[in-house]
Amino acid sequence: MSSSFGLRTITPHTPRTRRGVELLLLAFALAIVLLAYADVGLAVDNTLPPDLLTLGIGFGVVALALHLLVRWQAAYADPILLPVATLLNGLGLVMIHRLDLEQGHHLGQGSAVRQLLWTGVSVFVAGVLLVVVRDHRRLGQYTFTFALAGLVLLLLPLTPILGRNINGSRIWIGLGPLSFQPSELSKICVIIFFSGYLVQKRDALSLVGRRFLGLPLPRARDLGPIIIAWLASLAVLVFESDLGTSLLFFGLFVALLYVATERRSWIVIGLGLFLAGCYAAYLLFAHFQVRVDLWINPFDPHLSDQLGLGLMGMGSGGMLGTGLGEGHPGLTYFANSDFIIPSFGEELGLVGLIAIIVLFAIVVERGLRAGIAARDGFGKLLATGLGFSMALQVFVVVGGVTRVIPLTGLTTPFMSAGGSSLIANWIIIVLLLRISDQARRPTVDELGATAVGSADTQAVRTR
Amino acid sequence: MSELTITVIRIGLLVALWAFIFSIVGVMRGDLYGIRGARVDNRRQPLRDERRPARTPRGGPTHLAVIEGLMRGISVPLSDGGVLIGRNPECVLVLSDDFASGRHAQVYRDGDGWFIDDLGSTNGTFIGDQPIGQHVPLREGTRVRIGQTVLEVRK
Repeated sequence: MSSSFGLRTITPHTPRTRRGVELLLLAFALAIVLLAYADVGLAVDNTLPPDLLTLGIGFGVVALALHLLVRWQAAYADPILLPVATLLNGLGLVMIHRLDLEQGHHLGQGSAVRQLLWTGVSVFVAGVLLVVVRDHRRLGQYTFTFALAGLVLLLLPLTPILGRNINGSRIWIGLGPLSFQPSELSKICVIIFFSGYLVQKRDALSLVGRRFLGLPLPRARDLGPIIIAWLASLAVLVFESDLGTSLLFFGLFVALLYVATERRSWIVIGLGLFLAGCYAAYLLFAHFQVRVDLWINPFDPHLSDQLGLGLMGMGSGGMLGTGLGEGHPGLTYFANSDFIIPSFGEELGLVGLIAIIVLFAIVVERGLRAGIAARDGFGKLLATGLGFSMALQVFVVVGGVTRVIPLTGLTTPFMSAGGSSLIANWIIIVLLLRISDQARRPTVDELGATAVGSADTQAVRTR
Repeated sequence: MSELTITVIRIGLLVALWAFIFSIVGVMRGDLYGIRGARVDNRRQPLRDERRPARTPRGGPTHLAVIEGLMRGISVPLSDGGVLIGRNPECVLVLSDDFASGRHAQVYRDGDGWFIDDLGSTNGTFIGDQPIGQHVPLREGTRVRIGQTVLEVRK
C-alpha cells in the first residue's frame, strides 16, 4: 500500500494568531461596502444616503462582534476568511438595495432590509456555532446522523404540506410567510457525512480491481456508495427539477472520493455517470430540454429572454461598468437573486466582476489551505469539501449566466437575496475557521502546552 | 453632486476592491514562505528549524511513522522539543483514534537516546504486549501501540 495519502501536514513556521491583520482587513472591507453604498446614494438620489452612518456603525458592530468572538474562541483561525465573507455579504446587500431603488422601494420596504435581517441572523448562528463546536472532529462522530439529516432536508420540499413549488422547481419549504431552501443546509450535512464516511472507508475504496484501457478501476463491490449518491442526485433532478443541486451534490461526492483515495478512475467514472444521467434527463424531461435550448439559443424570441437580458446587461457594462446606480440591471428578472452576477457585471464592469470572482477564489483557496494544514483526516476532507462546494457553486452560477453551461437555479454564495443561502454560507465560513484554527494552532514543542481537546476517550474493557 | 465626483467614486470603488485583493495576497504570502513540513516521504530530512538547529546524533532514529490505524502513512520527525502524541489538537502527532487519550504519550530525547513516557493514558501504551510506564528506551524498529494505532521508530 503506498503511503502517499494526503495526510501531509504543513504548518506555518512561526505560530502567529494574525488577529490584528484580520481586524485591519475587516475595516478595509467595511470601508469598501460603505463606499459602494454612498456611491449608490449619490448616483440615484444625488445626495449621500442619510442612514450611511447608522448602517455603517450597525454593520461594523456586527462584524466586530464576530471578530472578537473569533479572537476569543478560535485565536489561530485563518485571518482572511472573515473579511472576505464580510465584503461579499456587504456588496450583495448594496446591490440588493440598489435594485430595490430601481423598483421604487426605499430602504425599509424592499428586500434589502429583509436581507439585512438575515445577515444578522446568519452572523448570530455563525457565532453560536463557533462557541458550540469547539472541535470539528466532534462532527465526525455523528456521520450517519448527518447523512439522515441531509436526506430529510433534501426531501422536505417534496412533502405535501411544507413543500412549495416556485418557478417550476420544488426546492422550497414554506413556514407561514417565510420560505426556506433546505438544500443549502442539506449540502453542509452531506459534506460532513461524506467526509466522515470516506475517512473510514478510503482504504477499501482505493483498492484496485481490474484495469480497463489502462485505467485502474475500483472493485465492483466498492462501487455501491457512488451508485447510491448518483441515484440520489438523479432523484433530486427528477422529482424536484433542480439541476443545480443535483450537480452540486454529485460533484462534491466525486471530488471527495478522489481526494480521499487519490484514484483518478473515480473522476472518470463520476463524470461518465453524470453525463449519462444528464443525457437521459434531457431525453425524458421537457423542463430540462428548455434549459438546454435556452443555453444554445439565448436570443430565441420563443424562449425566455432572461438569459439574453443578463448577457446584454453585462455587455453594456463593458470594462469599467456603468457605475453603481447608473445602469438598468433591474430589467432582468430575478436580478437580485439568480442574476445578481450580471447585475454586478453591468454596474461594476468586467474589472469589478473579476474582482468578485477572485474574492470567491480566495475563500476556496483558504478552504483547501485549511484542508492541507489540518492534522486529522476528517478535518482535511471536511475543509476540502466545504472549499470545493463553494467553488463548484460559483462555477455553476457564473457559468450559467455567462452561458458556459446551461442555466441552473443555484444561489450565488453571500450575495443572492435569500436567507437559507446566507445562513449556510456563514456556517461554511465558521467550520473553515474552526478547522483552520486547529490546523494553525502551534504544537506543544512550539509553545507552552494548554490542553484544548474535549472528546472523551473510549475505554477498552479488559475482562 | 457633479458628474466628476461620481466618476471618481465609481473608479475609486474598483481600485479599492483590487487593493483589498492585493492586501490579502500580501497576507497569503506569509503562508507560502517559511513552511515547516512534517513529511510523509521519509527519505528526505525534514526542513531544519532555524531557531533551534537539530543536533540529533548521527545514526540515531529520526522519525516516528504510523504503520497501522486510521493515520497510516503519516510520519513526524523526532524533534528536540519531543513529540507529544494524543488526540488533542496541540499534540505534535494528532491521532484520529477513539482509543487514544487527549495527551497519551510523550517521546523525548535524553542524552543520546530517545525515550517514551506514557502520560497516564486511559488505555495504556504498549511495546509488544507489555504496557509501558515512564522512561522506556526506543530503538530503531521499536513498535509502539496506542489504541488502534501502531507507531514505528525509523531512521
